[in-house]
Amino acid sequence: MERCNCRESQLSGILARYDGQDGALLNVLQDAQDLFGYLPEEVLEYISKHLGRPYSEVYGMVSYYAHFNTQPRGRNLVRVCTGTVCHIMGAPQVLARITEELDISIGETTRDGTFTLGSVPCFGACSHAPVIMVNDDIYGRVTPSKVAGILAKYRSQEAGISISSLD
Amino acid sequence: MQIYRGHVLICAGTGCVASGSKKVQAEMANQLEAFNLENDIKIVETGCHGFCEMGPIVIVYPEGIFYCQVKMEDVKEIVEEHLLKGRPVKRLLFRDQMTEEMVPHYRDIDFYKKQNRIVLGNCGFINPENIKEYIARDGYEALAKALTQMTPEQVIDEVKASGLRGRGGGGFPTGLKWQFARDAKGDKKYVICNADEGDPGAFMDRSVLEGDPHALIEGMAIAAYAIGSDEGYIYVRAEYPLAIKRLQIAIAQAHELGLLGKDIFGSGFNFKLNIKEGAGAFVCGEETALIASIEGRRGEPRVRPPFPANKGLWGKPSNVNNVETFANVPRIIAKGSQWYAGMGTEKSKGTKVFALTGKVKNTGLAEVTMGLTLREIIFEIGGGIIDDKKFKAVQIGGPSGGCIPEQLLDLPIDYDSLISAGAMMGSGGLVVMDEDTCMVELARFFLNFTQMESCGKCTPCREGTKIMLDILERITKGEGKEGDIELLESLAKTIKSTSLCGLGQTAPNPVLATLRYFRDEYEAHIKEKRCPAGVCTALASYSILEDKCIGCTACARVCPVNAISGEVKKPHKIDPAKCIKCGACAQACKFNAIVKK
Repeated sequence: MERCNCRESQLSGILARYDGQDGALLNVLQDAQDLFGYLPEEVLEYISKHLGRPYSEVYGMVSYYAHFNTQPRGRNLVRVCTGTVCHIMGAPQVLARITEELDISIGETTRDGTFTLGSVPCFGACSHAPVIMVNDDIYGRVTPSKVAGILAKYRSQEAGISISSLD
Repeated sequence: MQIYRGHVLICAGTGCVASGSKKVQAEMANQLEAFNLENDIKIVETGCHGFCEMGPIVIVYPEGIFYCQVKMEDVKEIVEEHLLKGRPVKRLLFRDQMTEEMVPHYRDIDFYKKQNRIVLGNCGFINPENIKEYIARDGYEALAKALTQMTPEQVIDEVKASGLRGRGGGGFPTGLKWQFARDAKGDKKYVICNADEGDPGAFMDRSVLEGDPHALIEGMAIAAYAIGSDEGYIYVRAEYPLAIKRLQIAIAQAHELGLLGKDIFGSGFNFKLNIKEGAGAFVCGEETALIASIEGRRGEPRVRPPFPANKGLWGKPSNVNNVETFANVPRIIAKGSQWYAGMGTEKSKGTKVFALTGKVKNTGLAEVTMGLTLREIIFEIGGGIIDDKKFKAVQIGGPSGGCIPEQLLDLPIDYDSLISAGAMMGSGGLVVMDEDTCMVELARFFLNFTQMESCGKCTPCREGTKIMLDILERITKGEGKEGDIELLESLAKTIKSTSLCGLGQTAPNPVLATLRYFRDEYEAHIKEKRCPAGVCTALASYSILEDKCIGCTACARVCPVNAISGEVKKPHKIDPAKCIKCGACAQACKFNAIVKK
């Protein structure tokens, strides 16, 4: 319940930021997702109630735009470019290797919560195709054999953090 | 102001950042300090040079020496040898692929020689986060000229006379579009920039946003003055975080200097600019869908008319143009329509920025005068095909476009010639494909994209693209049947003529274009159950070349289904009945003895 109250106060802050503005729903949803990492039902209900918009409309926005997700995400977001250039330069093989390595498909999260796998139609870094992005880091000219090394970096970073936090 | 004896320009565009330019920049700062040069040499973080293939790119002025693929370890040498002792580091210069000669200067590199950089003129030369650098390159002069010396009608007439057409793909005359918005009745009007660059393989708008954001802002302000608007929106893809950041900085700086806001240049003209971040929907590149998204609704397109010029954002008259279109405007107003109309072909004036990518040696952004041929772009600017393989086709115009085969490479590029060849200018993506690309699989890829991005509002697009995709998937799996091609053609015709918006109306184009030029590949898949390019896994077959196989057993050991047999030191064999076509054997073979057909 405490967590819920905390969410409510953060949400009311977001709503206040766009108070009275036309077309605020998209901004509110974007900010709420930035804050919580995903958009659970209770958040959508709160937004619906306080913006005075039907829940169906709020949910309709979330299901329409690719950026919104209603499930919690892993601590690291791996996104594979599936654009034309990456496609012909070998992205399908890279994606196959990543799904094998993480044992999840696009849209899923590993059981330990370390990685979520996603795809993007194009990052606009086509000269470096095939491209993947982990959080905000771009990796270009990725080959299936480089995948394990890239992912290991984030695994060890996490390990580093948890060890230091134990100290 | 402090005077520096030299400047080191380091590209901070997305391409170069991906290849490590941030580390190079940090190291450069360290090394300049170590050699006590920090007061003599200034580091300038620039936007994209377009030659992303060669990144990270570092240019040293005043000499204009172009270093490419610079690594952190190279920085000390550049500082010590070049900046301190005046001897350019030869091994880091660009090497011409044909002559193997080193090319020290930017302007002499083949990639740039045939280009005519107007829209990209500032990209890579100025720091996009410092408005003064833009002003030093005559920035905001055109806005001053428009506001103080021209009436709005004169501005529109000038844009009309320049022959500028919409660079987002449609090619509608920009001046005429402005005229419609000016003539529309209303006390409040909007100027909107479509920066929702969604076509996979297109990144020209991103480069302008990241490398020269003020050109866009100035162009929008001029448009606002022309149509009688005082407020604008830039709708940017959320996948472009750097572009959003640079726009925010640019808008804030323009406000500070009074180039945005109230009473600009004392003319009484007010202009306020907002940024709206997209949320990942391709169809929002369609203007009515984009407006719906700015209004905070689902980005679904609606029937036109009424056109946005009459009923746009919040029902008010609105003018929507693309980034590249707006970025052309300040140049046209400053240098005059005659100058601009002097470039290009009869009906397509000026330049177009293309994103040249795929199986071509030099990838990156190329801005060329309209009317240049595809052959010049691909083989002279692009340097030809990687590994000198055989050119097959170039895909132009993204998922709405088509492909151009070898026999049409001498076509001069303009809006109309591309339409007659079954393609379209689109936003300017050029994806080059070699003999290893399967055109049926490519058509399937595009249909998969448009089908996923179809918003679902109208039936032809929602259902039609799904059925077309199903057929293409069957064909690539070897389950195609007689009549599939005819069915695809008939569906394509219906979807094109009955869909609500541009997405559906152009979605069948990749199929129609590949059928037009590569029908034999479709037939090979359907009738002979064969993929001529060897891409479609279900139709592939692996075999071992006896004369190349030395019997090392590497393939047999990696085969997950034990389909490979043979004695040590004797040629091996693949049992096609057991083979699952995973390709592991071909990867394991060090002697290129395994071929895929």
